[in-house]
Amino acid sequence: MSRLTVRELLEERAGLLEGVRRFFRSRGVLEVDTPILSRAAGTDPALEPFVTSYQGPGEAKGLRLYLQTSPEFHMKRLLAAGSGDIFQVCHAFRQGERGARHNPEFTLLEWYRIGFDHQQLMIEVAELVNTLLGGSLPMERISWQVLFQRGFGWDPLEVDRETLAATARGHGLGGVELQERDQWLDLLMSHLLEPELGHGRLTFVHGYPASQASLARLCPEDPRLACRFELYLEGMELANGFHELADPDEQLARFEADNRRRRELGQEPLPIDHRLVEALRQGLPDCAGVALGLDRLLMLKLGAERLDDVLSFPLPEA
Amino acid sequence: MATYSTNEFRGGLKLLLDGDPCVIIENEFVKPGKGQAFNRVKLRNLKTGRVLEKTFKSGESVEAADVIDRDLQYLYTDGEYWYFMDPETFEQYQADANAMGDAVKWIKDQDICNVTLWNGQPIAVEAPNFVVLEITDTDPGLKGDTSGGGGKPATLETGAVVRVPLFVQIGEKIKVDTRSGEYVGRVKD
Repeated sequence: MSRLTVRELLEERAGLLEGVRRFFRSRGVLEVDTPILSRAAGTDPALEPFVTSYQGPGEAKGLRLYLQTSPEFHMKRLLAAGSGDIFQVCHAFRQGERGARHNPEFTLLEWYRIGFDHQQLMIEVAELVNTLLGGSLPMERISWQVLFQRGFGWDPLEVDRETLAATARGHGLGGVELQERDQWLDLLMSHLLEPELGHGRLTFVHGYPASQASLARLCPEDPRLACRFELYLEGMELANGFHELADPDEQLARFEADNRRRRELGQEPLPIDHRLVEALRQGLPDCAGVALGLDRLLMLKLGAERLDDVLSFPLPEA
Repeated sequence: MATYSTNEFRGGLKLLLDGDPCVIIENEFVKPGKGQAFNRVKLRNLKTGRVLEKTFKSGESVEAADVIDRDLQYLYTDGEYWYFMDPETFEQYQADANAMGDAVKWIKDQDICNVTLWNGQPIAVEAPNFVVLEITDTDPGLKGDTSGGGGKPATLETGAVVRVPLFVQIGEKIKVDTRSGEYVGRVKD
């Protein structure tokens, strides 16, 4: 990346935001603004929220509040309340995440499309990214299962932990001690597969295993898989999308299962968002949603090596 | 036993891995959005000098290696060990051939060397970047040739052999860059 002046960097970011707003305005998707602070939190054991508290009128003893790890819950409550198609550009906060591609505070673009499934949403994601990058990168879809089969010659839905560990060792990743299949799969994905994805094209990996469904519904044709996708570009994870889970009981069961996992892993269980569950009970329209890391997209646009290079003030300077 | 968590990892930190002291060269945080976080670390084994890559699950703790660097004065060798002294405390240390590595080719008594100590024992000795050594043997080249073209091997008082220009003669002192093993120039007393 050629060294940009502060002004040039700010203009690049402003241009990206303008492009996002133009794209969605032309498609009739409404911009919304939801709270960053919430009394409930995402329960995913892989995401750790920042905690703060409010003390003042109405809360003399103090109210524990969580900074959002994504705006998903509030946006889904808007969808259930009849918002129609919506998008949001906001800051999200994730504890413990700092590196070449991570800053604990970062900018997310998240949007929801009513009547879309995850396959249709992938096309829109590709259109947006091409619009913002000013390019016409081809789109490639590959199933999560085929990705591992092609890379390692075994089926990730069937593979046992011994094979996973042996594969890691065989690729120079010996010495890592992991308990769970999904952790081994994460290791192989992040170290060996991801770097090869999305070179000169938009690679969508889809059909994640049910154990990594997160907030996606399970595939009606194959309940071992979830209707979830991730976009990779130049070896970097850029977006994560779902055909959204709309079943309130299953949503509640997943929150509770997450909290059980958190306890097993020695993490604090987090307050479940019962308002979201209630909203799903009222009825979430059939929709697909996706979150895209705007800082990373800016990195790619400018050819930056580090996320810090495109932030006004990364953590050490904030 | 001192340990470091992956959150303390940074360049220069010394860890004990598979019984060997290693120093972190690079530390990269890797995490799928919805998955397990890892620290992917590039290290140098301080005993062998080899560079290795290793991945840790974020949040793990790793044993620290008690490794420090000291400027020590080289005293002498008995053939098996090379003896050094801390010029401030006068404490003496003995380094074996393994720890000496290439430094044996370059150092003379009185030289100050950077010595890496692990649990108080030298494991690596670095010669000064530049040393001045006398030529003990080389072909008598053509006296008038100052072009420097071609060059010839010359044996130094420490036994090291370097390529020198043809005009350099036995008994002269030369400056050598120990990192590249190359002749830098003649030194007049």
